[in-house]
Amino acid sequence: MLGLALAALLVLAGPAAADIWSPESGGSPNADKIDTLYKITLFVAIPIFLLVEGTLIWSLVKYRVRRGGQAEQIRGNQPLELGWTVGAAVILVILTVVTFAFLKTITDPERSGPQIADGAQVASIDQPDPPGGGGIRIGVNGQQYLWRYDYGSKNDLFSYNEMVVPTDTTVSLDISSSDVQHSWWIPKLGGKADAVPGHVNETWFKISKPGRYEGQCAELCGANHADMHAVVRAVPPDEFERWARRQRADIKAAREELATTRRAREAEVGR
Amino acid sequence: MEATKARLAGAPEIAMHGLEEQPRGWLSWLTTTDHKRIGAMYLYATFIWFILGGVMALIMRLQLATPDNTLLNGETYNSLVSMHGVTMIFLFIVPVLAGFGNYFVPLMIGARDMAFPRLNALSFWLLVGGGVAFFASIFFEPPQAGWTSYAPLSDDAYSAGGGIDAWIFLVHLTGLSSLLGAINFVATIHNMRAPGMSWGRMPLFIWTILIYSYLLIAALPAIAAAATMLLTDRHFGTGFFNVADGGDPLLWQHLFWFFGHPEVYIMILPAFGMISEILPVFARKPIFGYKAIAASTVAIAFLGLLVWAHHMFTTPTANVVLAFFMLSSFAIAVPTGVKIFNWIATLWRGQIMLKTPLYFAAALPALFVIGGISGIILAVFPVDWQMHDTYFVVAHLHYVLFGGSVFGIFAGLYYWFPKMSGRLLSERLGKLSFWVMFVGFNLTFFVQHSAGMSGMPRRVYRYPDGAGLEAYNLISTIGSFLLGIGVLITVINVIRSVKGGRRAGNDPWKGNTLEWFTQSPPPPNNFDVIPRVRSVEPMKDIRREVQKAGKASETVAQPVTSGTS
Repeated sequence: MLGLALAALLVLAGPAAADIWSPESGGSPNADKIDTLYKITLFVAIPIFLLVEGTLIWSLVKYRVRRGGQAEQIRGNQPLELGWTVGAAVILVILTVVTFAFLKTITDPERSGPQIADGAQVASIDQPDPPGGGGIRIGVNGQQYLWRYDYGSKNDLFSYNEMVVPTDTTVSLDISSSDVQHSWWIPKLGGKADAVPGHVNETWFKISKPGRYEGQCAELCGANHADMHAVVRAVPPDEFERWARRQRADIKAAREELATTRRAREAEVGR
Repeated sequence: MEATKARLAGAPEIAMHGLEEQPRGWLSWLTTTDHKRIGAMYLYATFIWFILGGVMALIMRLQLATPDNTLLNGETYNSLVSMHGVTMIFLFIVPVLAGFGNYFVPLMIGARDMAFPRLNALSFWLLVGGGVAFFASIFFEPPQAGWTSYAPLSDDAYSAGGGIDAWIFLVHLTGLSSLLGAINFVATIHNMRAPGMSWGRMPLFIWTILIYSYLLIAALPAIAAAATMLLTDRHFGTGFFNVADGGDPLLWQHLFWFFGHPEVYIMILPAFGMISEILPVFARKPIFGYKAIAASTVAIAFLGLLVWAHHMFTTPTANVVLAFFMLSSFAIAVPTGVKIFNWIATLWRGQIMLKTPLYFAAALPALFVIGGISGIILAVFPVDWQMHDTYFVVAHLHYVLFGGSVFGIFAGLYYWFPKMSGRLLSERLGKLSFWVMFVGFNLTFFVQHSAGMSGMPRRVYRYPDGAGLEAYNLISTIGSFLLGIGVLITVINVIRSVKGGRRAGNDPWKGNTLEWFTQSPPPPNNFDVIPRVRSVEPMKDIRREVQKAGKASETVAQPVTSGTS
């Protein structure tokens, strides 16, 4: 039955879903490591699954009631029962060891690429380097129903919904919320991090291929939860610098324009 | 001395004939304190809620059948998501198990009623009150914050309408109902077992109802406190979950899941108990490893109280805490695995009668093992960072709660219906219902693993075209309607058989436990003579004694009728 469902799925899903049996990956090393860890767990589980379903189906087929047949009155078997209890425990101990072996590579940000040593090309961002050195730190703030990204604390460079980042650079995120709970998630760039009011959550990614990486809020946050999309656009470092300059200038211009209109209106009201 | 006397008196048998007619009419149902009538009312009420919750699920699946569908808007969808979850958990699975417990605990332990019959009636009517208060919110504003009602979304600033208050009402009323019911079960099981029924001879269903009750008593106060704090946050100016007032939204999550995870085991353990009764009866074998199954029930319950923060792996929490909850969640897989192995070993080398109850009972381990494996994957917390709050989790929880609990409940329904009504359900319709449900269930939920891993979060009312989610969702919607048809076939089967089914006799399956030692349906006082229990399968002993005494076996139990299947 499951095989049938799976086959139907393969046919119907087609090439659109190349990755139907494991989480998304390929954007950032931590996502790749999670993918590998998942696959190890799955490969440990598959034989257990086959064993259980196999013996179950075998028993149901083989031991159907038969004329004159006798059911064996077995009440238990201590060595066998002890065996499968210990066996299950041992498998879980192995999984634990594997998980801890992978943990650091998933949680701890990698160093940025060699060409970006000492954060040279991101000197314009006044944030301390993330551990490992040579990266940038971006504040992510969830609000019903958009994402705001703050580059540095001067409030002169920020954007909404689309986050632009340089490639080959470790990007560390400080995730917060200013209303209800949200959850930051770009599947190809690694796991989720909840945005909880009153807390700052952390995650990171490092993108080597320029491109758009899409995701959306993963914690129910209200009527338009489904529309709270997020995009990370990775561009080469020099292009990032150009974008930052332009964005900064746009923000400044917009502020000045706002100030001018306000002054004009105040003058109008005053008159 | 007593044993000698019993032997002299001959084998125990039914000596109950011609009882006075019970008062009839609706008033008799309103005032009844008979555990069987209360149990039956529990079953009727909870199955109505089950149908309502199922219809809500089908409407949601219709909305998700195609990308960017406009059948529902976000608000309506969130209402349906919230009401579906709350209905299925608080108004179906937990109370339907209380319903089976009410009906069968006294019968299986050889008692004439529950310890506190009036408290029992109160439990039921509080449940009805909770359900009515909750569903009344349809007429003003249903809750939209999910069954978990996470603060601050559920706080007055973001959910001003009365829906959340209706939810709080429901939590308190059904919580009180479950708590009183649990105390009643504990008192009954501890004190009213038939002579000779020591702990090691107690039916496994009774073990699970006992542990279910203790878990309810341990877990419910946490959500009662949390819901009260939310109530005062919403209306009386406190700020337990409000950052501006020095509160913390994570406090809600801890309190909620301290209840919420034991709740999962509350919902599954009695279903485990049911199939631990059903599998040996239909395999004509004793249960394999009785002690291990009873002990693993206790172990699951204990560990179940220590795993709650595995629902919070993506919150800002130290890794050492996450690691602890990963380990405790792993640990719980061991006793659960032991149960599954024991059930399969029970079938091994049996003489399996392929009747409908067995179909549903054997499907439970087959489906639950998938939920168990996805549970292990989710317990690996770095992997959970990808899976959390996606359709992978939706698939996981439905494999556990539908594949596990609901298939178990259907097994129980088909197994015990002849006892409750005196009539047999149609085997043909029963098997048809099973296969349609089984296929529909797997179509609906198996593909959702993939949808989640491809980036579909749960609780979204729409998804964009071209994101690779169309096929998964269409398959899922088709499957859900099949599942609905499968359930409908059982409903039709029950309605047809309750009056027109073939007479079942006292013991159509050759059961192992004492409920088969009385008439079907059982008379108000259950038993005239309560037999002395000498093993974990008292009915087997009784049948043997009757045969030895040279009496026709119909005196206690009718032979399995052949023909329809």
